[in-house]
Amino acid sequence: MFHAAWESRVLALSVAMGATGCWNLDMFRAARETLPDYLDLSYYEIWLGGLEQLLVAKGLVTAEELTAGRARYPPKPVSRTLTADQVAARLAKGSPTERTPPGPARYRIGQRVVTRATPVDHHTRLPAYLRGRAGIIERILGPHVFADSHAQGLGEDPQWLYTVVFEARELWGNEAAPGHRVSFDAWQPYLEPA
Amino acid sequence: MGHDHGHADHSELSEIERRVRALETVLTQKGYIDPAALDVLIDTYQTKIGPRNGARVVARAWADRAFRDQLLRDATSAIAELGYTGRQGEHMIAVENAPGRHNVVVCTLCSCYPWPVLGLPPVWYKSAPYRSRVVRDPRGVLLEFGVTLPADTEIRVWDSTAEVRYLVIPERPAGTDGLDEEALSALVTRDSMIGTGLARSPAGP
Repeated sequence: MFHAAWESRVLALSVAMGATGCWNLDMFRAARETLPDYLDLSYYEIWLGGLEQLLVAKGLVTAEELTAGRARYPPKPVSRTLTADQVAARLAKGSPTERTPPGPARYRIGQRVVTRATPVDHHTRLPAYLRGRAGIIERILGPHVFADSHAQGLGEDPQWLYTVVFEARELWGNEAAPGHRVSFDAWQPYLEPA
Repeated sequence: MGHDHGHADHSELSEIERRVRALETVLTQKGYIDPAALDVLIDTYQTKIGPRNGARVVARAWADRAFRDQLLRDATSAIAELGYTGRQGEHMIAVENAPGRHNVVVCTLCSCYPWPVLGLPPVWYKSAPYRSRVVRDPRGVLLEFGVTLPADTEIRVWDSTAEVRYLVIPERPAGTDGLDEEALSALVTRDSMIGTGLARSPAGP
């Protein structure tokens, strides 16, 4: 799990700061993905960089304080500080993302759909290898917090979430083995009718 | 675990260790975090939450047909019955291996993983090669894990792109009819619940 003790510290710092309510998990993912040196960093270096970036962006700490290793300015008020006795209950509760329906689901099980073909200039959970591909709605997972909106601070914007399954040949061409399929979980705005 | 906060001599710290220490110090001084909570978090994921949880779920599914049916129908509630809930496992789906059908789980975008039942992901699960290759060439990747499947076995790769987390129910090994749940759970490896391994055989090493 961890190569070094500092990595476990970074994980714990990330969970504890997430519990203050200053940002949500999608914002943290977006901060990690947009680090300029993302490809050169190890896994927990990315977490550390994303955490520092968010802390500075939200005005909770300054870059100067991080360099100095001590607080020089008063704290900003935060909603809560996770204490040791609250950890177990907090982890057991988690952050469920299922919400009430925003309207009827547009797609039904078995329907053929195509994923959005174009990249977007904000955080998204449609992987590049699945852009512009035709698949089948396999399962309706319910309305969930929409990661794209949530990451941009636009609120939860619940959208229907579906499991969409693709034949590997649709993704990789004829080199793909028969009987190989890939599925992912797609929010409704990622999809168009085929 | 080296998290001795009273340690005065920082000269032997690496640059990244110094950076993490600096961050923790600033956040503590500001009152945003409680260092004791960090210790509890780390201890929880190192000693309390791990793949033994998932192994108990799988063993129950093998031993109890009604539980298996419930697990496939509503994994979140079935798993909660065994006491495993919460962060990074809020919405669970269980997928079952069978003769001719094999499931493998990945998160190509980051490292989404069902923490309440499997703990934190292993290093390889978070690595770029696994994440990019298993969706394209699952048989090749499985071979590197020592798993060879019959040529006509269908392989489904589940890419965890939203907050739904996947648990693979491996096939129950032959020769386990007389075993109780505890003995069965000892045969369930972490990798068998990701789909990059198979459950151990009771006669095996």
